[in-house]
Amino acid sequence: MKLLLPCFLIAASSAGASAYRLPLEQPITLPPGPDAELTAATCSACHSLDYVTTQPRAKGAQFWTDSVTKMVKVYGAPIDPADANRIAAYLAAIYGTPSKNGRP
Amino acid sequence: MDIMNRRRLVTAMGAALLSAPTWARSGGQSLVLPFAKRPLVRYPQKRPLIRLTTRPPQLETPFSVFGEGPITPNDAFFVRYHLADLPLDIDPQQFRLNLGGHVEKPLSFSLADLKRDFPTQEIVAVNQCSGNGRGFFEPRVGGGQLGNGAMGNARWRGVPLRALLDRAGVRAGARQVTFNGLDNPPTDGIPDFIKALDIDHARDGEVLVAWAMNGADLPFLNGYPLRLVVPGHYGTYWVKHLNEINVVDALYDGYWMKTAYRIPDNDCACVAPGGKPDKTRPISRLNIRSFLTSHSPEAHIGSGRPVLLSGIAFDGGAGIARVDVSTDKGRNWREATLGEDLGRYSFRPWQLRQSLPSGRYAILVRATSRSGETQPLDPRWQPAGYMRNVVETVEVIAS
Repeated sequence: MKLLLPCFLIAASSAGASAYRLPLEQPITLPPGPDAELTAATCSACHSLDYVTTQPRAKGAQFWTDSVTKMVKVYGAPIDPADANRIAAYLAAIYGTPSKNGRP
Repeated sequence: MDIMNRRRLVTAMGAALLSAPTWARSGGQSLVLPFAKRPLVRYPQKRPLIRLTTRPPQLETPFSVFGEGPITPNDAFFVRYHLADLPLDIDPQQFRLNLGGHVEKPLSFSLADLKRDFPTQEIVAVNQCSGNGRGFFEPRVGGGQLGNGAMGNARWRGVPLRALLDRAGVRAGARQVTFNGLDNPPTDGIPDFIKALDIDHARDGEVLVAWAMNGADLPFLNGYPLRLVVPGHYGTYWVKHLNEINVVDALYDGYWMKTAYRIPDNDCACVAPGGKPDKTRPISRLNIRSFLTSHSPEAHIGSGRPVLLSGIAFDGGAGIARVDVSTDKGRNWREATLGEDLGRYSFRPWQLRQSLPSGRYAILVRATSRSGETQPLDPRWQPAGYMRNVVETVEVIAS
């Protein structure tokens, strides 16, 4: 019993008031496109996809090329150059031009 | 419902779904900002807040909260993280704050040490995200598309950073102090979130290592168990889950100081819309802002009899000298009455009784500080979308 007690205490403390539980992350689906799956898998390795989907629309292709480049060069995202180009092209195609409902 | 109308509260799905096991799904309520629709999501210790991002979490305060009073409740206070590896399991008994670097004697404090061995101090101060209001920038800029809810005002309690530095003994030649928290990058390539203050600023007696806000422990998402409080300065310096303080004898050149959170190095911290600055400097002090909080856009108010307009104003620490209100698009201004003074770093409430004949009105609010700083009528622009402080306009209908 003496041996079991510390284990019990550890289990109790890890479930105690100091443990914070984030809500379960819900998957976010990107609009269909040739590289939607590649983009979703790559970007969501480091951050949720709402980082992508909440960006302003109609900023043009360069905005998305610059964003992907920043992830690779500044934040060290392990994306090979061919994939980076495909991801930037996909994002530019779906978000680089004005949206259909007119929302910027 | 008037205040809640500020950003039209819409129920996207039936009420039955609200009792679903997790609030993280965006099938619950949402809130419409002028530039986007966002989910309202409930996190532990928080009321439903506007979610900008999930991992790491970035949550914005619904603007109606600012009409409830000059202190922002802990459960409504905005949340901003940079790095996705959050320290979800913090044991307050085991937690240590380490202070080292260019000091005589490196020290390590438990929470109990901090509360017992030093004088505690309180200050009411606004914490505002550098990018608060970024979503309103025109032309639009990349980054977190925030409305004006990435700010809050709280009474912070803790130990003056100066007292800790004095105990450790800052050595001659110290230039800056760096601050790191327990949150970490999800991969090694991402620079850890470390911020720096000049040594004189760190020792000004006002910068706090705080464990409480509004009389309670910091909520986890606001930096439990310790966060830096840098009165009058943007939230980027208010490092959360603070566990490492280092005195350095050079200018700290980590990514989050040298590359990120930079503003144009000129008087207005601005450039021509769409332009790029030649030279930048780290963002620092809050500029002056003011808001109408009593009425939401498109609110209906009674005509022909006095209506109470009210709101808040704040600046980087000079203190608010006056607030003026225009109901005719800026042609005429009337001085509002200032409310309770909770200190020069706090939201300052204001109010004005105004009678309006039937019609549509653009209500403008402009604050002026004790040092003479005031808000521009036309928005200033900078590529990172920081420091919005244009005179805000709320259109209402009197009938």
